[in-house]
Amino acid sequence: MGSIAIRNVRKAYGKNAVVHGVDLEIASGEFIVVLGPSGCGKSTLLRMIAGLEEISSGEIAIDGRVVNKLEPRERGCAMVFQNYALYPHMSVGENIGYALKVAGVPKAERLRRVAETAKIVGLEAFLDRKPAALSGGQRQRVAMGRAIVREPGVFLFDEPLSNLDAKLRVAMRAEIRRLHRRLGATSVFVTHDQIEAMTLADRLIVMNGGRVEQVGTPAEVYNRPATRFVAGFVGSPAMNLMEGVVDAHDVFIYDQTRRVALPPSLAPAGARVALGVRAEAARLVPAGTEGSLDAVVDFVEELGAGRVVHTDLDGLSFAVAIAETTTLKAGDAVGIRIAPQDVHLYSAESGLRIDGKAAAPAMAAN
Amino acid sequence: MEKRVTFSSTTIGLLFAFPMLLLVFVFFYWPGGQALFWAFTLEQPWGGGNKWVGFQNFAHLLKDPIYWNSITRSLVFGAGSTAIAMGVALVLAVLTDREMKGHSAYRSIFVWPYAIAAPALGLAFRFILAPEAGLLSILNRVWPDIWNPALDGNDAMIAIIVAFSWKYIGYNFIFFLSALQGIPRSLIEAAAMDGSGPLRRVFDIQLPLLTPTLFFLLVINITESFQDSFGIVDIMTQGGPARATELMVYKIYFDGFKGLDYSGAAAQSIILMVLVILLTILQFRFIERRIHYK
Ligand SMILES: Nc1ncnc2c1ncn2[C@@H]1O[C@H](COP(=O)(O)OP(=O)(O)O)[C@@H](O)[C@H]1O
Ligand SMILES: [Mg+2]
Repeated sequence: MGSIAIRNVRKAYGKNAVVHGVDLEIASGEFIVVLGPSGCGKSTLLRMIAGLEEISSGEIAIDGRVVNKLEPRERGCAMVFQNYALYPHMSVGENIGYALKVAGVPKAERLRRVAETAKIVGLEAFLDRKPAALSGGQRQRVAMGRAIVREPGVFLFDEPLSNLDAKLRVAMRAEIRRLHRRLGATSVFVTHDQIEAMTLADRLIVMNGGRVEQVGTPAEVYNRPATRFVAGFVGSPAMNLMEGVVDAHDVFIYDQTRRVALPPSLAPAGARVALGVRAEAARLVPAGTEGSLDAVVDFVEELGAGRVVHTDLDGLSFAVAIAETTTLKAGDAVGIRIAPQDVHLYSAESGLRIDGKAAAPAMAAN
Repeated sequence: MEKRVTFSSTTIGLLFAFPMLLLVFVFFYWPGGQALFWAFTLEQPWGGGNKWVGFQNFAHLLKDPIYWNSITRSLVFGAGSTAIAMGVALVLAVLTDREMKGHSAYRSIFVWPYAIAAPALGLAFRFILAPEAGLLSILNRVWPDIWNPALDGNDAMIAIIVAFSWKYIGYNFIFFLSALQGIPRSLIEAAAMDGSGPLRRVFDIQLPLLTPTLFFLLVINITESFQDSFGIVDIMTQGGPARATELMVYKIYFDGFKGLDYSGAAAQSIILMVLVILLTILQFRFIERRIHYK
């Protein structure tokens, strides 16, 4: 129950194309997170699955049935909206039970199922309240309950946690995960928050500008970002990226003095590339150390568990994460060492990952 | 030191308010006071000023079946025109809301009828509904004499109700439409996800959220049907045939200016005023008690 196939789906508002051909197979029971910056078309994609937005071209099938022409109610999806969209004139119980009422479920059974659902989302004590008399977290639960009660094959979430405060967000995140394990319904969860995405997803779909940049498990996406965009977008602090050329001896040249050794024959000589290094992978060494990049400390960000040293390479900022405490302060000269195996390389023209192997990710085409 | 002319803020305030106060006094309190005076006095038959008669004028009215007739007619007219004006406007607004997002052209088109003076409107409808040559004359060709507001009281009532409703449909439409547009789109979408079809959404989501607007318009429509109907009646039917369309407001004019019964007309206008005030208070209290979600 609840597999979704998305085939070359596009969306345009008039002449303004916002989704440029998305292909995706979602297995039944998977928890998929669509991650991308604001305005990249995540909601539009989700709403096309839901049936709230017409599909300009391409095809969406749920459980093998093409749903392009079906009304939302015929698709078997439930949706949790960003602003919750609770019916203000109905009590919590009525909100949760509305779908059942519309479906003509007899009153006794309806009440039983509403009570059951309220228990799952922890709202038994609030069934008679109006949404206006609830806190943000409680409203969020009502919205969840409203989706759960129908026992749908597919759950759609459009940034459901973004209106909550940080602590509640973490708690609700865990709860959504637990709920998914318990109900087993296919879930598509849209967010611009990468922590949310990493922690929730079985598989992550990174979108940018109406295109899918990468599909993979959170670990895959983090360890091997398929495009320069993904490299810069996923991970906190963001991956350091420097543009330069590759010389004949597998060395990346940033400027006169700053060079980085690459794994052998990764990229052809003369290629213009963007070199990426995670802050966690780079090392700080004393200034002037052989094979290190000269840098000047800009500021040190204290994170409690660790710290991030932000440095400056003649105008390019470069972050290095360290575990131990440090006495470094602004203006200190340091060296940065980058091991060849920690390097991510992207074509400067196409932004695609350079792997040695021919590994162009299919979805970054077109 | 700079020397300035200063006024106390009260003086300034009164100065600014003066033109408005003057208007309000001349056109509201003064005639209102006059009406009160006339309502409780009676002119001496052979001159010699007015004599205080207490509630005698009112007592006369309430014993007069012709006055009760005008009350009944007003209620029929108010109920009929309010139901039509609000019902049609609501249907139009719901349909329009489904199709458009933020088009303002519609609004101005629909509000124009409201800007037309009642007599002009009445004249237009007199032609439209004329039994010999108007739009409905077709009916008469098929079934002779089925439509004739000049002879049939019910037809006449229908005619003024239609004319009055037409004026207020646009007015109501504007309020309904902007209230509908104020309902967050996501609520409608959530209901659609919950399996609710377009018609069901109107009844389950949109109408309940429109209640404040519904009640507001109910007050406005009923009170206006008592007051704003004069021009239409005067042009279209003059209260006839056989007093079938003699609404309260028209009877005041007729008794006062045609019949020269100032005291009776003044008493009627006091009753009408009290009625409108009561209605307004009642409905606004009801609104405040029942209809707040936010
Ligand atoms: N109804 C609409 N009409 C025109 N453009 C729209 C409409 N809805 C969304 N867009 C545009 O489509 C793009 C993607 O929007 P959306 O899917 O909401 O982005 P996201 O959810 O990723 O932030 C945006 O540039 C937005 O301006
Ligand atoms: Mg969005």
